[in-house]
Amino acid sequence: MEIPINVLVFYLVALVVVGSACIVAFSRNIVHSAFSLLGTFGGVAALYVFLGADFVAAVQVLIYVGGILVLILFAVMLTHRISDIQITNRTVGRIPGLAAGAVFLGILVYAIAGTDWAKAKEVAFEPTTAVIGNLFLGDYLLPFQIAAVVLLVALIGAITLSRKEIKE
Amino acid sequence: MAEYVALLADVGLKHYLVVSGILFALGIYIVLTRRNAISILLGVELILNSAGLNYVAFSHFSTGQVDGQIYTVFIIMLAASEAAIGLAIVLAIYQLFATIDVEATETLKD
Repeated sequence: MEIPINVLVFYLVALVVVGSACIVAFSRNIVHSAFSLLGTFGGVAALYVFLGADFVAAVQVLIYVGGILVLILFAVMLTHRISDIQITNRTVGRIPGLAAGAVFLGILVYAIAGTDWAKAKEVAFEPTTAVIGNLFLGDYLLPFQIAAVVLLVALIGAITLSRKEIKE
Repeated sequence: MAEYVALLADVGLKHYLVVSGILFALGIYIVLTRRNAISILLGVELILNSAGLNYVAFSHFSTGQVDGQIYTVFIIMLAASEAAIGLAIVLAIYQLFATIDVEATETLKD
């Protein structure tokens, strides 16, 4: 049986996503965890491309890989002495955590496999950026503005939290 | 056997949902078991990514509209502000306690 190339590529990308997420979850070294988050974020961006979401994929690469990951790596390097890598990342209750995750995943897969999902008619792959821009300034104008306020508040809050306390 | 191979080869909504479910379960595992505050933030990022993947998969396979992609952009925006605030809090905790073990920072209890 001939396996189409797009199926192979999907499974390759899904393997990268799940594999690097497993390294994030099970590595005892937080630097390794933070770096393998790169594979997860990049792989999810590739899945977005497969789903025809070109704008979201670009945003994912720019913000997650370019912003959040760098921020996390900065925090790891700043809070963390190289000598006690192993100790700071020890786990408590590994077996109960694993059991909770496995039970949750089992329920999810059972529900996903057993449901007859609604199907759209064949969707053409076309650029989505213009449509998303029109929706942001049309139907979703209020959430868009609230998002701007949230970002401003987050900015001010981060500055307030991280500045040095001034003693009287 | 043949029908399982056919099911695996016909990549559809369910395959994406399973991938995002695995990401979610791993995120739950991290949040439950880790004591390092930054590790917990990594788990939260995995959970947010799985939610975004779900939205885009449903918008592609179920509705055919781009509304789901807009929700994903909002999720990414909230993840960015969450990371900024969360890491600022972690750094403030580190300056105060010289550790980011979440079980060592319990002075609010008293």
